[in-house]
Amino acid sequence: MKTDANPIIATVRLAAKLHKPLGANVRACNERRHRDEYGDGVDELESTLKPLMLAGLNGDAKAHAQLLKCLSERLRAYFVRRLSASPDEVEDLVQETLLAVHLRRATYDRAQPFMAWAHAIARYKLIDHWRRRKIRATTPIDDVSDFLASPPVDADAGLDLTRVLSTLPLRQRALVEDVKVRGLSLSEAGLRGGLSEGAAKVALHRALKLLAEKLRHADR
Amino acid sequence: MQTDELIDLLAADAGPIAGHAPAQRLALGAGAGAVIVLLLVLGWLGLRPDLAKAAGGAFFWLKAAYTAGLGAAGFWAVERLGRPGVSAAPAGAFGASILLLFVLAALAQGFGMSGPTRLIAVEGVSWTVCTRNIAILAAPLLAITLLILRQLAPTRPTLAGFAAGAFSGGLAATLYGLHCPEATFVFVALWYTLGVAVSGMIGAVIGLWWLRW
Repeated sequence: MKTDANPIIATVRLAAKLHKPLGANVRACNERRHRDEYGDGVDELESTLKPLMLAGLNGDAKAHAQLLKCLSERLRAYFVRRLSASPDEVEDLVQETLLAVHLRRATYDRAQPFMAWAHAIARYKLIDHWRRRKIRATTPIDDVSDFLASPPVDADAGLDLTRVLSTLPLRQRALVEDVKVRGLSLSEAGLRGGLSEGAAKVALHRALKLLAEKLRHADR
Repeated sequence: MQTDELIDLLAADAGPIAGHAPAQRLALGAGAGAVIVLLLVLGWLGLRPDLAKAAGGAFFWLKAAYTAGLGAAGFWAVERLGRPGVSAAPAGAFGASILLLFVLAALAQGFGMSGPTRLIAVEGVSWTVCTRNIAILAAPLLAITLLILRQLAPTRPTLAGFAAGAFSGGLAATLYGLHCPEATFVFVALWYTLGVAVSGMIGAVIGLWWLRW
């Protein structure tokens, strides 16, 4: 991590960090891109994302969504630079990684730095992607500071996930479509499919696991 | 599908997650696996007849401590390798030091012996079956450990598989000591270690293709 050459900027940033309310997290995530040039991204992002992760682990769905949104920007920027030969695969890999982060979040230790955990997953998913396509790494796989520093990129739609979704069992697919497209809550979506809220929860979780599994093999 | 739509889906699935879940799951699996291994030792191999007398001696416990130490290092490594961004180096160093200490003791013992005695120590009474028995005993525990590890997030699948095998092999070898009468550093350092290593190798090979996610 670089230190600030300008002591005034450093002081202002420290003050902002100390007084930042949790609600300002998304704004911090978006503003961070403008601060990259100052090189103070690591602590900033860690102190933004870790509270969101902790809240998400305690069942706060809103914080969890904010976390994934912010993380998706980081992932997109990270993968774009390493998949320059196949830019259409970037969003697929972003989505696969988000699914992995979500489904395996129980492996995150609350005492651990969040970005180290997230970076290890992103790096693993990238290597796995290369391995599946038998592509040798031509860009060096960099460390966590590089994961943090990549400039943001705009999102495309993930093609694989759309395709894989259509192969889900009918009931699961209907549930997913209702939550995703119609924006229904899980209990409403369950009701439409004749499921109790608890059963809908279980069904959605199963559907996501199946999606993650199929997505890994989507390119074969 | 748009990534924002996926995020909405994932948020709808965001229930609370208990802390320390991976370690707990692994410990439960280890407990269940250890019971199976113990039943296998009792039902298949039987206890050594002189168990009560042997348990009064120091080497019985030294041997158990060595293999249990290897198993503990394996368990520690599995628990760490199942979690992204956590290094297994301390567990590896722990296992390597235990191995080194015991091998040094075996070398000292071996070189202190005359040629024929050394051969007797190397072969013991069971060198033809020792390694195989340990690998077989470790198999059910290895299967359980790999199943749990698959639910975690090993970013180094081969190494994680090896650690699972070393853990299973170490624990199995410890319980195998209830059956096996061998009582020299030389024998244990050779054949017990090889049994744990074979189990680790099997775990590594399975991990290479089965622990990917």
